[in-house]
Amino acid sequence: MIELNHVSKTFETKQTDVHAVKDVSLHINAGEIFGIIGFSGAGKSTLIRCINLLERPNEGTVAVDGNNLLKLSDPQLREVRKKIGMIFQHFNLMRSRTVFQNVAFPLKDSKLSKPEIEAKVMELLTLVDLVDKRDAYPSELSGGQKQRVAIARALANDPKVLLCDEATSALDPQTTRSILKLLKEVNQRLHITIVLITHEMAVIKEICDRVAVMENGLIVEMGNIVDIFMHPQSDVTKNFISTTSALTRIYEMVEQDSPITRIQSGQYLVHLKYGANTTKEALLSHITREMAVETSIIFGNVEVLQDTPLGDLVVIFSGAEHNIQQAIAYAQNQGVEIEVIKS
Amino acid sequence: MSGLENWIPNVIDLADEFPICLMQTLQMLLIPGLISFVFGTLFGIMLVVTRKGGIMENRVIFFVLDKLVNLFRAIPFIILTSLLVGFTRLIMGTSIGVTGALPSLVIGTVPFFSRQIESTLSEVDQGVIEASQAMGLTPMQIITRVYLKESIPGIARAVTITLISLVGLIAIAGAVGAGGLGDMAIRYGYNRYMYDVTYVVVIIILLLITLIQSIGDYIVKKTTH
Repeated sequence: MIELNHVSKTFETKQTDVHAVKDVSLHINAGEIFGIIGFSGAGKSTLIRCINLLERPNEGTVAVDGNNLLKLSDPQLREVRKKIGMIFQHFNLMRSRTVFQNVAFPLKDSKLSKPEIEAKVMELLTLVDLVDKRDAYPSELSGGQKQRVAIARALANDPKVLLCDEATSALDPQTTRSILKLLKEVNQRLHITIVLITHEMAVIKEICDRVAVMENGLIVEMGNIVDIFMHPQSDVTKNFISTTSALTRIYEMVEQDSPITRIQSGQYLVHLKYGANTTKEALLSHITREMAVETSIIFGNVEVLQDTPLGDLVVIFSGAEHNIQQAIAYAQNQGVEIEVIKS
Repeated sequence: MSGLENWIPNVIDLADEFPICLMQTLQMLLIPGLISFVFGTLFGIMLVVTRKGGIMENRVIFFVLDKLVNLFRAIPFIILTSLLVGFTRLIMGTSIGVTGALPSLVIGTVPFFSRQIESTLSEVDQGVIEASQAMGLTPMQIITRVYLKESIPGIARAVTITLISLVGLIAIAGAVGAGGLGDMAIRYGYNRYMYDVTYVVVIIILLLITLIQSIGDYIVKKTTH
């Protein structure tokens, strides 16, 4: 649906050139929710603006739904843009227009008649659950409601793609979840491809199918989110993942030699990581029963990503050395990744 | 009436002249006001859209317009009036009376109003402009449907301020032969010590300004959401 090939964008300032996006190539499939995560200044805002040419890349090609955007004339580009919805961190609604008028705004030049526009707007307001606010002005709405209006507006022209520029960054966690739920619904019900950028790993975890991690204008890592969460490669990615997990805390405690993670000789402190296929086995009780290894869980966490559970357990094994080795081998055999933190 | 004759004797004597002068003042307010509104809005928009980062960025147009506005804003109105005498005679046929005052009133007001419009339009959130571009609006549609529509309260405020400052300019124009209430205050009140004429003129102008301000405030209140 969206294809970026070797896209670069440089801003010239008086002092130096700022390379916001460097040689980025992306292929986003129709119907998926694709996340781009990075710290502020990583270039993700510029990158998402390259998709609808709010920023014109200096190099590379941008194709959306088969159209090579950089080759289009201005009027052609405006037509294509109508099929690419966009929502923003600060909603960008018009203060002088009511909720209804804001949603109807993109339909002003469409071929729809007045009653058809009315019906379309009401359908969208039903989707975003704001029918009762149709005559309210944006100043009377909460942040979450404003973003819902913005989503309805972005969907008015039946776009194929929805670009979300930090759409939840100005919202509280609860509202963020409800907006993400709405985006997921939009994606599934209307089959709209969604590209979202964020600095919150929680957002990626909640709805994305695939993710690209950006740093200094480059994509440092890209893939299915289950794979990225299971096996992060780069430091930035690990860093982002740790922000959503309490596991870092355990490693810190080990480093600080906290009583909770302190072990006696003959004990092993291990980190078990397991994915979808292995969670059903009663692994720990099997180890205890069959191998005479005592297990005591000091930390446990299960994430559900794309309906796939991902588990982390930090466990102390105590028992005879060869039994523990046997237990570790058994766990690995069961497809569980095991890391000995301390022994 | 005997009471009034004691208080404002000269005003009673000149009772016929007041309506004429008030009409002249209103003419000088409304005609240049309307012309300045059109040109000021146009130039204000041009300043906003052609500036760096604007939706129709154009360095040359911005530079020329920006400097012209600064130039005419820098000249004190009374000097501008005398500076424009030749030009006024050329296009209006005369440099005195209401007709003669119109060009300098327009040229004195347009730059002021342009700047007001420029600053009002600049307050429109850049994000809203960006959203409109993302929706595929043409630059002209962005100007009319976003910049102007979003700025109605600000424009009403700018018109109010400009009309009030225009009342001041009209009084100055009156001093150099344009007629109107300012002219009356100077001719009778100042030159012939008929202070009561001045007082009544002040009251009329005060009422006029209060009226303008009230209408302006009302529109701002009605259009702000």
